Amino acid sequence: MSLEPTIRSGPADEGLQPSMNLQCTTPGDPIIQIVDLHKSFGAKPVLRGMTLDVLRGETLCVIGGSGTGKSVTLKHIVGLLRPDRGTVRICGTDIFGSGNGQLSEIRKKIGFLFQGAALLNSLNVFENIALPLREHERPPEEEIRRQVTEKLELVHLGDAAEKMPDELSGGMKKRVGLARAIIRNPEIILYDEPTAGLDPIISTTINDLVLDLQEKLKVTSLVVTHDMSSVFRIADRIALLYEGRVHKVGTPEDFKKSDDTKIQRFIYGESEGPLKRDAAK
Amino acid sequence: MIKIVTRMEAVFENACSTAGRALTLGADSIRALGDVRRRKAEIINQAFRATYGSLPVTILTALFSGMILAIQTGVELQKYGQEAQIGYVVAASMCREMGPVMTAIALAGLMGSSYAAELGTMKVSEEIDALQVMSIDPIRYLVMPRVVALVSASVALTIMVNIIGIVGGALVGRSNFGISFDVYFTKAQEILKFRDIWVGLLKATCFALSTAIVGCNEGLATSQGAAGVGRSTQKTVVLSFILILVLDHLINWFVILIGALGGETA
Repeated sequence: MSLEPTIRSGPADEGLQPSMNLQCTTPGDPIIQIVDLHKSFGAKPVLRGMTLDVLRGETLCVIGGSGTGKSVTLKHIVGLLRPDRGTVRICGTDIFGSGNGQLSEIRKKIGFLFQGAALLNSLNVFENIALPLREHERPPEEEIRRQVTEKLELVHLGDAAEKMPDELSGGMKKRVGLARAIIRNPEIILYDEPTAGLDPIISTTINDLVLDLQEKLKVTSLVVTHDMSSVFRIADRIALLYEGRVHKVGTPEDFKKSDDTKIQRFIYGESEGPLKRDAAK
Repeated sequence: MIKIVTRMEAVFENACSTAGRALTLGADSIRALGDVRRRKAEIINQAFRATYGSLPVTILTALFSGMILAIQTGVELQKYGQEAQIGYVVAASMCREMGPVMTAIALAGLMGSSYAAELGTMKVSEEIDALQVMSIDPIRYLVMPRVVALVSASVALTIMVNIIGIVGGALVGRSNFGISFDVYFTKAQEILKFRDIWVGLLKATCFALSTAIVGCNEGLATSQGAAGVGRSTQKTVVLSFILILVLDHLINWFVILIGALGGETA
């Protein structure tokens, strides 16, 4: 069973092709294309032919029961997992056909907010956010300080720079994680359960931040979540994942009006129905 | 019977896979040595941690190893009126075997397990994934500095352990067998050849290399939460101890072989 990808070393620039073009600047163009993605863990299939386009500039929420492959999909998009079949294209570039350098270039366009924020516990908030800059662009210290302060203020944590991760609450950790995700000004932000485990007020703060970043940075957001109140607050479009495939894609209005039992049961949290049976399999 | 064969197959497959991953990690760490200058702050920090953290254990182990060695050999040599030769035995044993092996065992228990636990916790809390998403190579950022630091710390500690062990032997020689420090240290100097020193330090380097690689490899392969971190730590200590003994034997064999080729005896 291959749960984790092999960790291989390689300099960030290795294999970088100068002619590589990742531009796809027209709003409404598909910036992420997930094509017939299949992934099994041992004998258990998780993704069974998932196909989905995420359009530049939109906020797309992926919903679905536990274990339907939402987080697995995000990990494929950043190349942390390799599919058994199918592919993911970012601005038309197949990420699984890319060398280390090209993958690094693609990842530069993507910010990822992990479910538990995944802050490095040995570094304080400032150093966590500054890490991608120190490792790649290496601007002067003054410039690093300016950029980190700007991002911390964007997530309303201007006074938390010197704190260690274990001194932060769950909501603060997610906001620091978000500041780190946007430090290199990505074009795409992936959110893995951004409001999981947070109280409703902090959840609203995080949702407002997602909207705020969308407005200020003009990014494309792909949000994986169970939280339907968040979905209806932030989504331009929603995709329901069911049995490892996309069951339906539509606007929040389409979902609200839909008489599809799978959609209705998920939206209203009814305990009996196909989603429950699916989770029990 | 079929069950036993199937189980043995699984164990063999697992062992091969672990060895393969460790060798690949070792090769990647060597490739990452080009980043030594860039990571020097982290290397110094890790080397200080390994050296300073191991000092109490290694000092005590070294002192008592030298003293035990002196008392055991002294009692036997005294039967033949040869107790003055204690300096020979303690110095040669410490520099060739006891110093590097004792240091390596202390470092495997203290640092190898710590590397597995640290990297394992980072793996299960998705910190390693976060590094990869930020295009930061975990091998260059986490593994290589630990490998370089442990090798440096191991060499420094082995030299210190050798000296303390020999001094421990001198204390026992004087207090239990009435051998003057002059006689003891003259004998110790007579027996020690340059080859004894470099073979000991070669052993220290190889042991530390294997411990660091095993610890980091097990850490990076951790899955299944806190229990997985515990398993990785345990596996690191067991594998490191076995590897230290196997490598010790292989290096001894190699040294005897080149000694024979050069017309010397071990």
